[in-house]
Amino acid sequence: MQIDKNLVMYLEKLGRIELSEEQRTASEKDLQDILTYIDTLNELNTDGVEPASHSFPVANVMRADCVTNSDRRDAVLQNAPREKDGCFVVPKTVE
Amino acid sequence: MDICSMSALEIGAAIREKKMTVREVTEGYLSAIENTDGAYHCYNTVCKEAALARADEVQKGIDEGRYTSPLAGVPVGVKDNICTKGVPTTCSSKILENFVPPYDATVVKRLYDAGMVVLGKLNMDEFAMGSTTETSATGVTHNPWNTDCVPGGSSGGAAAAVAAKLAPVTLGSDTGGSIRQPASFCGVSGLKPTYGAVSRYGLVAYASSLDQIGPLAHDAKDCAALFSVIEGKDEKDGTSMENPKFDFAAATNGGMQGKKIGIPADYLGEGISTDVKAAIEAAAETYRGLGAEVEIFPMPIVKYAIPAYYIIACAEACSNLSRYDGIKYGYSSPNTDNLLDTYIKSRSEGFGMEVKRRIMLGNFVLSSGYYDAYYNKALKAKKLIQQAFFDAFEKYDMLLGPVAPTTAPKIGESLSDPLKMYLGDIYTVMINIAGVPSMAIPCGFDRENMPIGMQLIGKPFCEAEILSAAVGFQNATDFHKKSPKES
Repeated sequence: MQIDKNLVMYLEKLGRIELSEEQRTASEKDLQDILTYIDTLNELNTDGVEPASHSFPVANVMRADCVTNSDRRDAVLQNAPREKDGCFVVPKTVE
Repeated sequence: MDICSMSALEIGAAIREKKMTVREVTEGYLSAIENTDGAYHCYNTVCKEAALARADEVQKGIDEGRYTSPLAGVPVGVKDNICTKGVPTTCSSKILENFVPPYDATVVKRLYDAGMVVLGKLNMDEFAMGSTTETSATGVTHNPWNTDCVPGGSSGGAAAAVAAKLAPVTLGSDTGGSIRQPASFCGVSGLKPTYGAVSRYGLVAYASSLDQIGPLAHDAKDCAALFSVIEGKDEKDGTSMENPKFDFAAATNGGMQGKKIGIPADYLGEGISTDVKAAIEAAAETYRGLGAEVEIFPMPIVKYAIPAYYIIACAEACSNLSRYDGIKYGYSSPNTDNLLDTYIKSRSEGFGMEVKRRIMLGNFVLSSGYYDAYYNKALKAKKLIQQAFFDAFEKYDMLLGPVAPTTAPKIGESLSDPLKMYLGDIYTVMINIAGVPSMAIPCGFDRENMPIGMQLIGKPFCEAEILSAAVGFQNATDFHKKSPKES
């Protein structure tokens, strides 16, 4: 797999991050090294193998449908970077 | 006796026998931290006042017969990715530097229920991504055996704190070796429990199909004691499972007569240092001397463990870390004018480079056009790895191998070459992929007098069996009794 600057920039966009030019150049090399190594996985024959999901058979875990959380609005909002009248403040999203 | 040189169970017994008070013990550790943690940086946060207030409360509870656990009154350090109500939980990341959880993780609640005293929060690689604790935004932790070396990671603070006697026991988390590898580098004992054996409710998620919380301590008995405090099904973690009631007596029995131990040949192959290999071979001899049968068997899938691990872990990480948006909690970049800008700037300024790298790698393996070739391929490899362990456990009671190919590297050696750092995880990541438990204990020293660790890998939910094997080894050897200062 060949990594280039455009792919790095595409991955930045997908991850909602932005690298400096210097970080971008370094990432191109680092990701190339890592993916070249990861490509050794192609040597492994996985024909007819079902992809695994969970390590152990656990499915449809249920618990009683009852309210356990109390009113913790103020405690939760204490961590909000911006807060007003008991709500999170976000930039205007609809014109 | 010096409080900080005692094991957790010894401290618990001394408190019960009224030879010392919970406050004396807590003060002993707090002053050790104050005096020496400047040289190591194990702790991100020390809860001095809260710990002392808690100590008095616990003493009262013990005196009134409310706290009866063998670890009642024992101080404990907690890795900084495990939520503690009212105490900052930073994941050693700028993006969570001011995050104060409004709730306790289930494991923390269980520490409190047992009457333990939380000393503080321990340094780690940012979001547990790293094998050296160098990716921490709060600065590297120094290895107590040689402060020029890393303590390993990601639970570097949790391992170094035990080695430096700044906590008798700690809680770490292990996604691909993050308890076992720092335990190995710092000469302490650490258990990665079976996936599902311990609730992760309140553990900040890195890779959810691999993450597991476990204990670190001076010896296997203390690990068994702390494991018995935290294990068990929790309604709040749907992946936690009922397991056969953990039997502390069986876990500390130490008998090895007639046990069959397998050593994967591929754990002793290319890349392993001669000192580490010699220590593992000597450990095999020790087990033979204790009456176990030890043999080497082929496990060629080892070669594919790292590629599969980094695909799966990064894929899950990039999804888990999408919650950091600069809106609900955590760092938010000032001076942004629209929503997308808030996301991008907050994340770019808040995350360190290793986290960004894994987010990009995760997005790559999940992106359209690459999903099948990478992510799906890794899940098929996972199936084969699980099968390889299943087959091995048909023949052996447990597996033995090194934790890492080398001892602790010097600070600065790994950071410049991420691939090299990833390759050091070769012996640990497979265990997480298979979901099985593994116990790391010290088994020697290299020519620079740095600790070497080995791991005992067990069948699912057979923690008692590998803990007992570790106790057997520690009854016969004294590697776990060595400490940095006496060396």
